[in-house]
Amino acid sequence: MSESLTIIVVEPDRARALEIVDALREAGNHRVHVLGDGASLARRVTELRPDLVLIDITSPSRDMLEELALASGPTERPVAMFVDRTDAGLTRAAIEAGVSAYVVNGLAADRIRPVLDAAIARFHLFSRMRSELAATRAALEERKVIDRAKGFIMRAKGIGEEEAYALMRRAAMDQGKRLPEVAQAIVMAAEVLK
Amino acid sequence: MTRALPVGYIPLVDAAPLIVAAEFGFAEEEGLVLELRRAASWSMLRDMLDFGQVAAAQMLSVVPVARALSLGGGAQPLEALMVMALNGQIFGLGPHLPALPFGDPLAAGQALAALNRPLRIGVPFPFSMQAELLAYWLERAAPRAEVQIRTVPPPRMAEALRAGEVDGFCVGEPWGSQAVEQAGARLVWPGSAIWCQAPEKVLATRAGWAEAEPERAGRLIRALWRATRWMADPANRVTLSAVLARRDHLDVGAELIDRALSHRLLIAPTGPEIVVPQFQTFHHGLANFPWRSQAGWIGARLAGRFGLPLPAALETARATFRSDLYRSHIAPLGVSLPRASDKAEGALARDESLPGTHGPLTLARNQFFDGRIFDPAPAISPK
Repeated sequence: MSESLTIIVVEPDRARALEIVDALREAGNHRVHVLGDGASLARRVTELRPDLVLIDITSPSRDMLEELALASGPTERPVAMFVDRTDAGLTRAAIEAGVSAYVVNGLAADRIRPVLDAAIARFHLFSRMRSELAATRAALEERKVIDRAKGFIMRAKGIGEEEAYALMRRAAMDQGKRLPEVAQAIVMAAEVLK
Repeated sequence: MTRALPVGYIPLVDAAPLIVAAEFGFAEEEGLVLELRRAASWSMLRDMLDFGQVAAAQMLSVVPVARALSLGGGAQPLEALMVMALNGQIFGLGPHLPALPFGDPLAAGQALAALNRPLRIGVPFPFSMQAELLAYWLERAAPRAEVQIRTVPPPRMAEALRAGEVDGFCVGEPWGSQAVEQAGARLVWPGSAIWCQAPEKVLATRAGWAEAEPERAGRLIRALWRATRWMADPANRVTLSAVLARRDHLDVGAELIDRALSHRLLIAPTGPEIVVPQFQTFHHGLANFPWRSQAGWIGARLAGRFGLPLPAALETARATFRSDLYRSHIAPLGVSLPRASDKAEGALARDESLPGTHGPLTLARNQFFDGRIFDPAPAISPK
C-alpha cells in the first residue's frame, strides 16, 4: 500500500467530517484522521505526520498550520503551503470551494490531485447546501414577519386576513419596497405603539 | 468610477481605518466604493491577496517583509502602501503565574526569568509585530528565560489560556482585554513600552498593483489617510467604538473597544485601569508614512532570527514599504511630508518638529525600551 496517504481532516462538524472521510476513501485507500477544530491540532499534526491536511478555508486555526510548516525548517522545506503552488488551477478551485490544503511532505501533485478533487467536490456540495439552508431560513423569517404584520393590521383595522395582506402588498408596490420590508416596518411600529 | 474595490480585513480594532473609510464616506469622497471582506485568519487574508480576490488588505507589517525574504507561505510578493496603525499590542500572563510589574519591561524581564519555568506564549501569527516585539524583549530583558512562541488565533486566546494550552499571550486589542475579562489574565506590557513607534498594520497589495492601477491606489490611500485623521479626533471616539462593535464588524462589546481607543487598559480583572500614552496610533506624528527604516528594522530582526545575510535582507526589506508611492498619492492633499524616507528608529525621546516638504511637521516620540537606536543609514548606499 505504498500509494496510501495519511490525511488529516480538520472539521468540527461531525456529520460533515464523515462525509469528507467517505469521499476521500472513494478516492483511494488512505488513512484519514478527523480532528475537531482548535487545541489538539498542532500536537496531532506533529504526532501523525500527515502527508496532507485539509481544513476549511474560513477556519481561524489555519494560522496554526502556518507555524507547523515553518517549524520543519527553511532548509528541509518540502513543506508546500496551500496546495502545490505549481498547480494554480487546482489552488484556485480549492479556494473557490472553500478548502485549504497543506501538503506536509512535499508530495507530488499527481498524487494529491484525486484526493483534492474529491474534497473539493464535497466542499462545493456543502457550500451549496449551506446557501440553500440560509435561503430557506431567511424565507421562513420573512414569512413570520409578514404573518405578524398581517395580524396587527387585522386587529387595528378590524379587517380580514386577505384584505390585510392586499393592503400590505399595495403599500409595498406604492413605495417600491419589498413586501417583507414593509411588514418589518409595520411590526416595528406595532412594537412602539403597543 | 463606481466599480467596487474589494478590500480584506480581520476583525480587530486596527481594522478601523478601512471600516471608517467605508462607513463614513471617506471612500465615497474619493469616488471609491469599498467592498469590505472579512477574513478569519492571516493566512486566509494573504491567500485572498495572492489570488486577487481582494485588491488590498489590512496586513501584519511583518508579512510583506517576510515574503520578500522567502520566509513562510504565500505565492506573490507583497508591498505596503501605507501604515494603518502603530502599536496596540499587549503582552500578558495567565492568573496561574505570579503578577509581573506592569509597564516596566526591564523589571518584568527579570521577574520572568526568576519564575524559572518554561513558558508558552501565544501570538497571532509567526510573522507578526507581536512575535518580533516579544523576541526583542526576551533577547534583551530575559535572555535566559525558556519561552516557546506559539501561534494561536487571537479570538481563541482567552480560551487557550483557560485550557492551559498557553501561559501568556502577545496580541492586539480587543483580544488582550478580553483575556483579562474572560480568563483572569494580567497584563504586563503594552507593545509601545517595547518600541513606541512599531508599525503594526499596513495596507498591503500585491507588488505592482498600485503601479498598474495608480488611480484607484491613490484614491484608497487618500481615503484611508482622511479616515485616520477623523479617528484621531477624540470627539469621534464613541461613534467609532459603536460602529466597530457592530456584529458585521468586530462583534464584541463597545466598552472593550472604547478602552483600547482611549488608551485605557484594565491590567487585571480587579484593576487598576492604567492610561498608556502612545498605546496605539492611527494618525498622529506621521503615523501613516511607510518609512523604509521601519521595514528595515523588521528585515534586520528576521535576518537575525532566520540566519539570513544582513545587508541584502535589509535592502530587500526596505523596498517593500513604498514610501515613494505614498508620497506621490498623498501629494494632491497638499500636506507636508518628510524629506527623507528613512529615520533613525528609537532616536527621539519626545515629539519633535522638523521641516517638511510643505512646512513643519511633527515626528512622534520614538524609543526602544533598552535605549538602542536602529539607524539603517550606514548600511544603505546613498541614492
